[in-house]
Amino acid sequence: MTTATQPLLSVRDMTKVYPARRRGSAPVRAVDGISFDVAPGETLGLVGESGCGKSTTGRTIVRLLEPSSGSITYDGHDISHLSQRELKPLRREIQMVFQDPHSSLNPRQTVARIISDPLLVQGSSAADARRRASELMELVGLIPEQIDRFPHEFSGGQAQRIGIARALATGPRLVIADEPVSALDVSVQAQIVNLMERLQRELGLAYLFIAHDLSVVKRVCDRVAVMYLGRIVEIGAKERVYTAPAHPYTRALLSAVPLPDPAAERARERITLLGDPPSPAAPPPGCTFHPRCPKAQDKCRSEAPVLRIAAPGEARQVACHFPEAA
Amino acid sequence: MDAPRPTAPADPRQATPLRDAGEPLLSVRNLSVTFPTQHGPVRAVDSLDFDVHRGRTLGIVGESGSGKSVTSMAVLGLHTGAQVTGSITLDEQQLVGLTERELNRLRGRRMAMIFQDPLSSLHPYYTVGEQIAEHHRVHFRSGRAVARRRAVEMLAEVGIPEPQRRAGEYPHQFSGGMRQRVMIAMALACEPELLIADEPTTALDVTVQAQILELIARLQQDRGLAVVMITHDLGVVARVAHEVLVMYGGRAVEQAPVDTLFAAPAHPYTRGLLDSLPRLDDPDDAPLRAIPGSPPSLLTPAPGCAFAPRCSRAASAAASERLRCQTEPPVLSGPAGHASACHLPTYEGAPS
Repeated sequence: MTTATQPLLSVRDMTKVYPARRRGSAPVRAVDGISFDVAPGETLGLVGESGCGKSTTGRTIVRLLEPSSGSITYDGHDISHLSQRELKPLRREIQMVFQDPHSSLNPRQTVARIISDPLLVQGSSAADARRRASELMELVGLIPEQIDRFPHEFSGGQAQRIGIARALATGPRLVIADEPVSALDVSVQAQIVNLMERLQRELGLAYLFIAHDLSVVKRVCDRVAVMYLGRIVEIGAKERVYTAPAHPYTRALLSAVPLPDPAAERARERITLLGDPPSPAAPPPGCTFHPRCPKAQDKCRSEAPVLRIAAPGEARQVACHFPEAA
Repeated sequence: MDAPRPTAPADPRQATPLRDAGEPLLSVRNLSVTFPTQHGPVRAVDSLDFDVHRGRTLGIVGESGSGKSVTSMAVLGLHTGAQVTGSITLDEQQLVGLTERELNRLRGRRMAMIFQDPLSSLHPYYTVGEQIAEHHRVHFRSGRAVARRRAVEMLAEVGIPEPQRRAGEYPHQFSGGMRQRVMIAMALACEPELLIADEPTTALDVTVQAQILELIARLQQDRGLAVVMITHDLGVVARVAHEVLVMYGGRAVEQAPVDTLFAAPAHPYTRGLLDSLPRLDDPDDAPLRAIPGSPPSLLTPAPGCAFAPRCSRAASAAASERLRCQTEPPVLSGPAGHASACHLPTYEGAPS
C-alpha cells in the first residue's frame, strides 16, 4: 500500500449495475469491480472520458447510490448498505462538490440558508449555523456581508465557492469533487484549484477529485486512477502515471491533451485512437479497450486483464496484458 | 469498427501551403454588434478587425461573454435584431447589409459553420443523409439521386465507416464524435471556402477531440479551406491555429501569429491566461498564478480597459498610468503583425 496509516476510504470490488430500462435491453455495468483507497489528507484523482463510470463511482461513495456489490469502507466502517437514517452521521464526514455551481445551489435560498442547511440538518441552532456560514464564506474567499444574497447575484467562480463552503460546513474529512472546475471560465479555474489546495492544507481534507481534464488532475492529485468503461485500467502515484504511463489508454489519453504551446505541440508524438468509447451496455469481450488499442493481440480479445502491479518494486497497478515497459 | 491504427501525424500546419501572399478570403473591418436589451443596448463586439486567408486557420480565443461566438454569427449574418456595423467581406463581396435571400445563397455554399453541440444542430426527424443532401439540392438544384450520392461521398470523406448504410440513419444513432463528423460533412457538402468552427470539440472527449481536429486539418489541406476556430482552450489554439485573436469583453486584446503569441504575449490578459493554466508538462509545486476576479459584464462596461479591474500590471503601475488604464480604453496597436490593446504592453526586447 502507498500509505502506512489506515485508509480513510477503502473501496473493494465495487460494482454499480443499472437495470435494463426496456425489455430486451441489457443492464448497464456503469462501475464494474473497482478497488482503491484514499488516505487521510490525500487527493486521489479519478480520470476518464464520458461514460467511464467516474461520476457513478463518486455518487456511490457518498451513498447517493447503493453499490450493487462490493464494499465501501469509511474510517473502518462498512457503509455499503447503510439505510438513510444510519447514513446521517456519515453525511458530516463525506461531502460533495458538484460541477455546475448554479444548478447545484437552490436559486430561491440565500447563501446563509444554503451554507447553514447541512448544519441545521445535523442539529445546530439557527444562530450558530448562521455564524458558522459567515465564517465559512470568509474561509472560501467570499465577502461575509453578502450572506443574504441569492446565488444568481454571484459569478460562476463565486458560486462554486459557495458550493465549497456548503460542503465544508459540517467539517468533513473526505470531499468528493465531481468536475469542480470544468464549468468555470479558464481564468477562474485556477482560483478554485488554488482554493481547494489551500483548504486541503488548512483542514487536512482528503479529496476524491473526479475530472476529465488531465492537466487539472495532475495539478491537484497525489495519486491518480484512470477509468475506462467502468474499470480502473491504471492507478498509481501521479509522477509515475503521468511521466511513464503503463496502459496504452493512459498513453493515448495523455498524448491527446492539447498543450498550450505551439512548439511543443509540433514536436510531440500523438497517438490517435480510432472510434469512440464503446457503450457500457455492450462492452467488448476480453479487454474492453481492445477495439481501440494500437497494441491489441488475440489474448486481449478473449481474456480480460486484471489490475496488477506494473513492475516489481512499485505500487502502481495496471490492467493490461502488454503494459508499456516502465 | 476499423482496425485500430496508431498514428503519429505531423503538425497539420506545416503541410498547409502558404497561400496567404494574395488577398485574404475573409476580411473583417471595424465590426461591432450591438443587442438591444431591456437594460439598454449591449455592445457584444466592439471594433474588431481581422483577416483570414485560404489554407490558414485563425484561432479566436476568449471566455464566456468575450464576443467570440457573436463575431462568428455576425460573419454568417445570423444575428436578427442585433445592430451589425462595419464591414465583412468574403472574397471582396460585402456581407453586411445583404438580404436574407442573398445570404442564403452564400451560407453553406461559400461559408459554413459547425457548432459545439451537433445533436441540437441536426434535425432529429430526418436521416443524416437527407439532411446533407438537402444542402446540395438547394445550392446546386441537383436531383435526389445525385444529392444522395454526394451525401454518401461526404460521409465517407469525413471518415464515417459504412457511409451508404449510415446515411439512412438518424442523428441519435450516432455517437458524439460521429455526429460532429456528420456536421462537418454537411458543412462541406457544397464546397465552401470558409469554415467557421465554434467550439467544435468542447463537448467531446479528449481522444475524440484529437480525431476531429485532425479531420478538420486534413480537410483544410485537401481543399485549401480558410478556417476560423473559436475556442476557450489555448491548447486547441496552439495545436491548430496559424494566427490568433484573443478577445476580452467584446474587444480584441491581442492579435499575433501563434508562435509569437505563446512565446511573447504582450497583453497582461494573455500572459495571465497562460500563467494560470495547469499544464501537463509543468512541475506542480508552486500554486497556480490565478487571475483574480471574473470576466466583465457587458451590461456595465468599464470606462477604460475592460481588463483593468483584474490586471496586476495596472495595479502595480504608477498612479498616473493606473488612472489611464481605468479611464481610457486602449487602442489596438503595436509592432507589425503583433498588435495588443494595452497601455502597458510587454514586447520582447522593448519591455515597457
